[in-house]
Amino acid sequence: MDLDIDEASAAFRDEVRAWLAEHVPRPALPSMDTAVGFQAHREWEATLADARLSVVSWPREYGGRDASLLQWLLFEEEYYAAGAPGRVGQNGIFMLAPTLFAHGTPEQRERILPPMARGEQVWAQAWSEPEAGSDLAALRSRAVRTDGGWLASGAKTWSSRAAFADRAFGLFRTDPESRRHRGLTYLMLDLRAEGVTVRPIPQLDGEPGFAEIFLDNVFVPDADVIGEAGEGWRVAMTTANNERGLSLRSPGRFLAAADRLAALWRERGEPAQFTDRVADAWIGARAYQLYTYATVTRLAEGGGLGPESSVNKLFWSHLDVALHETALDLLGPEGELTGPWTDGYLFSLAGPIYGGTDQIQRNTIAERLLGLPREAR
Amino acid sequence: MRFAPTAEQRQFAASLHDLLAGADTPATVRAWGDGRHEPGLKIWRDLADLGLPALLVPERDGGLGGSATDLVVAFEVLGYHAVPGPLAESVAVAPSLAPRESLPALASGELLATVAQPPLVPYALDADVAGLVLRVHDGAVERTGADGEPVRSLDAARRLFPVRAGEVLGTAPAEAFELGVLAVSAQLTGAGRWLLGQASAYAKQREQYGRAIGSFQAVKHLLADVATRLELARPLAHGAAVTMTARDVSAAKVAAGEAAYLAARTALQVHGAIGYTAEHDLGLWLTRVRALTGAWGGAAWHRARVLGGRDG
Repeated sequence: MDLDIDEASAAFRDEVRAWLAEHVPRPALPSMDTAVGFQAHREWEATLADARLSVVSWPREYGGRDASLLQWLLFEEEYYAAGAPGRVGQNGIFMLAPTLFAHGTPEQRERILPPMARGEQVWAQAWSEPEAGSDLAALRSRAVRTDGGWLASGAKTWSSRAAFADRAFGLFRTDPESRRHRGLTYLMLDLRAEGVTVRPIPQLDGEPGFAEIFLDNVFVPDADVIGEAGEGWRVAMTTANNERGLSLRSPGRFLAAADRLAALWRERGEPAQFTDRVADAWIGARAYQLYTYATVTRLAEGGGLGPESSVNKLFWSHLDVALHETALDLLGPEGELTGPWTDGYLFSLAGPIYGGTDQIQRNTIAERLLGLPREAR
Repeated sequence: MRFAPTAEQRQFAASLHDLLAGADTPATVRAWGDGRHEPGLKIWRDLADLGLPALLVPERDGGLGGSATDLVVAFEVLGYHAVPGPLAESVAVAPSLAPRESLPALASGELLATVAQPPLVPYALDADVAGLVLRVHDGAVERTGADGEPVRSLDAARRLFPVRAGEVLGTAPAEAFELGVLAVSAQLTGAGRWLLGQASAYAKQREQYGRAIGSFQAVKHLLADVATRLELARPLAHGAAVTMTARDVSAAKVAAGEAAYLAARTALQVHGAIGYTAEHDLGLWLTRVRALTGAWGGAAWHRARVLGGRDG
């Protein structure tokens, strides 16, 4: 049992650290949920790609570095410690790309991944629907067969990045006779195509971080179906495990935030009434980092993610909220003033909701990890 | 990086588990609390046969020369089975404090040791069965003895003895304290896992309103929270055993204590009144967890140390 960083990984980490020190934009970019900020973040993705740092865990042929999981974690730790911009491409990079690696065709990978890696094509997710949130299998959006592809119709909502993104991916019911998880197909859409209407939805901070997508007989060519028609649920589950598991929330961002919180606590004269909460933020971030190292070890030895993904998500989503609440409480009357802490706070509040709510995660943990009986639902 | 127990460590844990699963530790814990030590000492001799007390004793002194990670993996199992006795003290702490001539007897298990380190560890656990009673004071280690009758712990099997000042043997390495904290942290996560397992099993079997109570979300969500806390506490104990920094050791203790205590409270709640009886075994683990949460430094002390305010 060790925590040793091998020579190649250490060299990679040092390169990343040096590059970030030189290139991270100062002052920080405007919010990616504004038109100007979105463009700035798109350009940042290209800057990262020029240094082959936008998708380090991908194979070289698609712009990556074949980085190991450990190296990816080290990259993320450096990235967040450096205060680098949020990743406007993350829906595509961390959710769609793993699905394409698992289920896509070589043609799809060659066509879709390189522009994704450079931020030339930014992807939105299109999972939830007005009547299908936690109960995703209740989705109603449909696609009917046409010459050379499908005609998709329906409404998707809470689609992150959709206000400014280029394309979207999601599930559609292609067998009208089917129920629940059967008869669904995984489609990739062009958000500029005829029949698409995007209605941005302002979030708590007033900016349109997500949107509704209305589809009226939108043509999707066969080339943009991932996996077999009717197999969409199985294909999508690869993505779900990636979102909740390792990819979306790397430990790096929590450790960096916990260190900033401890610095704030010291700056404010180490108020004793906050010692416990500040310490707990660091303990939680360190626990999550070590838990992730253990997961990486398990995956490297051929294990899977499984219901541990739910443990992971439940833990970090709470940690993130508690950490930011502590910062705002520490700031006292200044806690309401907008800045990085309020931005982080509002962002953290979404964590217990997206990618499966806390309550859904707890059901999964109870049923699949602890073996408690399923409940009719 | 390979951050997981080695095959050898897993094997050692499995053999400890096999031994203890057949040892009726609940009866042993009750007897120990009544001052009847024989069943507990029998377990101790069996554990010694497997090499437990030799773990941290150097090879040249008859030990196995093992690492802190070996210790943590073993103590999770001891905590899971609530084995009574001065285990953390004798196996984790004493090897770096005891006079060298005592080490072979410590390694073989013939000699049981216990340690007090006031103010964080004010009493010597089970000083009446320990052949070697040590006290760490002002950075020095002293050989001493029990001073009068034991005080009563919430956990009846923790027989706590006041100790007097004794003859100074030398300087106490800081590592001794850290290893004690680590061993207790691992015992806590182990005890927490037992409590979670019992509560889950009970929730599957106990029916109310015509269905297993474990099918109710109110129950499921309580247990899911426990599972999450325990899952995240264990890597901290393992990580602290690798780095041995004061910050990581303290983080491990805080997380293990909180997770195990949540497990204890939840297990009691899930069991309801039956869990509140003396006859049920659950109380043995609940009181053990409560006691260990404060032993070798409580949560407030360790949290302050996480932020760099204190040294060990």
